[in-house]
Amino acid sequence: MARLYEFQSKKLLEDAGIRVPVGDVAASPDDAFRIAEKIGKPVILKIQVWVTGRAGIGGIQFANTPDEAKLKAQQMLGIKVKNFVVEKVLVEEKLSIKSEYFVGLVIDDAQKTPVLIFSSVGGTGIEEIARTHPESVSQIPVDVVRGLKDYQARNLVQKTGISGKLLISLPAVLVKLYDVARKSDARSAEINPLVLTEDNRLYAADCHMAVDDYAVYRHPELGIDVAREFDRPPMPLEKIAYHVEEKDYRGTFYFLQMAEEISREDKFIGFNGAGGGGSMMSMDAVLNKGFKLANYCDTSGNPSASKVYRAAKIILSQPNIKGYFASGSGVASQEQYHSARGLVKAFHEEDLDIPAVIRLGGNFEEEAIMILADYLQDIPAQVEGYGRDDSPEFCANRMEELIIENESTSHKVKPMGDPVVPEGAYAFETFTGKIFFDHSRCANCESHGCVSSCKPDVLKLNEGKPVLSISEEEAKKGKCTECLACEIFCRFHEQDAITIHLPIPGLKEYRNKIRGVD
Amino acid sequence: MSILADEKSRICVQGITGREGMVRTRLMKDYGTLVVAGVTPGKGGGEVYGIPVFDSLQEAWEKAGPIDISVIFVPAALVKNAALEALDAGVKLLVLVPDRVPIFDVLEVSHFAKEKGARFVGPNTLGLVSPGKAVLGMIGGRAERAREWFHPGHVGVSSRSGGMTSAISYYLTEAGLGQSTIIHVGGDAVVGLSHPEIVEQFQQDDQTEMVVLFGEIGTTQEERVADLIEQGKFTKPLIAYIGGKAAKSGTRFSHAGAIVEGTRGSYDSKVKRLKDVGVHVVDSVSAIPQVALKLNKGGA
Repeated sequence: MARLYEFQSKKLLEDAGIRVPVGDVAASPDDAFRIAEKIGKPVILKIQVWVTGRAGIGGIQFANTPDEAKLKAQQMLGIKVKNFVVEKVLVEEKLSIKSEYFVGLVIDDAQKTPVLIFSSVGGTGIEEIARTHPESVSQIPVDVVRGLKDYQARNLVQKTGISGKLLISLPAVLVKLYDVARKSDARSAEINPLVLTEDNRLYAADCHMAVDDYAVYRHPELGIDVAREFDRPPMPLEKIAYHVEEKDYRGTFYFLQMAEEISREDKFIGFNGAGGGGSMMSMDAVLNKGFKLANYCDTSGNPSASKVYRAAKIILSQPNIKGYFASGSGVASQEQYHSARGLVKAFHEEDLDIPAVIRLGGNFEEEAIMILADYLQDIPAQVEGYGRDDSPEFCANRMEELIIENESTSHKVKPMGDPVVPEGAYAFETFTGKIFFDHSRCANCESHGCVSSCKPDVLKLNEGKPVLSISEEEAKKGKCTECLACEIFCRFHEQDAITIHLPIPGLKEYRNKIRGVD
Repeated sequence: MSILADEKSRICVQGITGREGMVRTRLMKDYGTLVVAGVTPGKGGGEVYGIPVFDSLQEAWEKAGPIDISVIFVPAALVKNAALEALDAGVKLLVLVPDRVPIFDVLEVSHFAKEKGARFVGPNTLGLVSPGKAVLGMIGGRAERAREWFHPGHVGVSSRSGGMTSAISYYLTEAGLGQSTIIHVGGDAVVGLSHPEIVEQFQQDDQTEMVVLFGEIGTTQEERVADLIEQGKFTKPLIAYIGGKAAKSGTRFSHAGAIVEGTRGSYDSKVKRLKDVGVHVVDSVSAIPQVALKLNKGGA
């Protein structure tokens, strides 16, 4: 779920006609001063981070004057909360609270409907209140086609013992909240507290919303950069990975960093899973061995070789990992030689310096394991390939044994050079990259294995030299599947005349930065 | 018998001319599944592996005869429409293969399915196999692989992971235990037929003598299976593995979620609930065939 900040959620509420406190978001102490001055009365300052319990950590402060607001903002901006650095503070008018309520919407997997919850007691500790005072909480499944009707919201509120004018004003907020959540494809939305002020107005004093990742494409207006379930803002490497995924629909590539810092002393490994369940099972196996995960990564759903290649390059941009562990369910329906070729290309370019255990069980696993065995002999690291009959536990054991044998090894991130392209090479663009053929070398080629190994059959020989058998446009649209078979064949069996360039925007700069080179 | 699909089920493939649709149609047909029609608007009149293609499901039904199940391979954004089209035409079981279908679209499909007395598997599912009878979706990837990995027998498999559906079934086959039906219920937070609905099906099925469940953290599916056992609605031996023990349990963001689900959804909750009602909960997937063999010898 892509989380929205409080200030973003409140903007949506306001647009839907729910009253929110007057205020604005400040990125500097001076901003805070100006906002407080404009409000012209005591203000509340709230750090904008995705954690609960902000009050307990000094994340919510009050100020009576603009000067005080500036000072408080100065203290709050830049502090670190969990994995967050506070970059924004919401400055709002301070409300005089008479009573507090709770309204929330979630999606219930059992009923397969949205469920709206109302509590006549709101504020902190709402979960506890729900347990100890069930009579103050009521909930209703919402018909996703009809929506929430006024009378339903009224009945819901009435059940908690509320009467009088509030029986008109509170349900109106509920209906508006449901409508805005539905319109924004929110998977959860809540106002807590919903405040009744001394002058009898209802305000959404705090609000959280999280939008369905899968529906983010319908909401450019929300400006969501990375539609992933994070409990903190995405890190730079995760952004690089996300944009790889965004540009290539073939299969899934999910990358999440699990550790803030990877120390050389700890047993960190780079993790490359395949499929949710297989990844979880494989993670359990390595964690049971006492390993720590630098990252979680999933390459599944029949990804292209180029996608797996990019995933490996990103995983290997993490310094100090001691091993590379890849394992999925073990009986994958996807054709595993694609993953094997992606790894071969990446491991060669990286001149891999840490041991790798690669469990590629499933369709064509024999071919996949052979590709690893045949083409990874001349790199410094030891790489072992396994199939469906080798359990994740066995593979985790092998990982440990290999790391012990290579005790001194911990991964050094290498600089990324630009591809060396021979002048005058024959070239064409592919879906996410470009292929270069140095035809001057083809004279000595006997096998023309590039053409025969080409699975989608897009190459042909023209006077003994490989060229496209389809139009350049078709190749770029994806007829060339970037299976990498031609490049690998030519490199190991023939003249090393083929270079496939698969750019990963931002990765070179990222590596320079972490290596301390600008 | 088996559940949901057998060799007599008449299948339609929506999105049959697309990249995935074509490849998986070949898998299904080669396996012997009775694929009678395909639908791609604008491509009516054509053929894919000898299967006639129609412009609409309605037309497919009229010209190719009644359709029991529609397997959907259209892009995620179009899944809701394709599903509603199939429901309106009278199809009673849908298999929604695509990943990344918006959750409110799934809720709408669920709403209309209920209205029509129909059911659906997925979204984000590899599908299901009744070994020796039919493949729906893409499990196995190729027909010869599906035949090699999955053998007919008496164990039902229900899994929230596609890869693990195949893996568990393959390890059962290796141990000499065939399967009645194996099903990937889908990886999303809301799916059509979830674990509890599937085990109820297995309860009714004569061929199924025991069930293996691959659960995961999140949702209330596994707890609801425990509820069924407690109520006496599922009485066959059940082996379960819950994935995600190691996943960090992040601080829950939504209070509302906590109010609705309580402590359900966590690894500990699932394991405890299942163990309390007598389910054989195993710590590793490799233990599944061993336990299954023991239960089998015990006359299960």
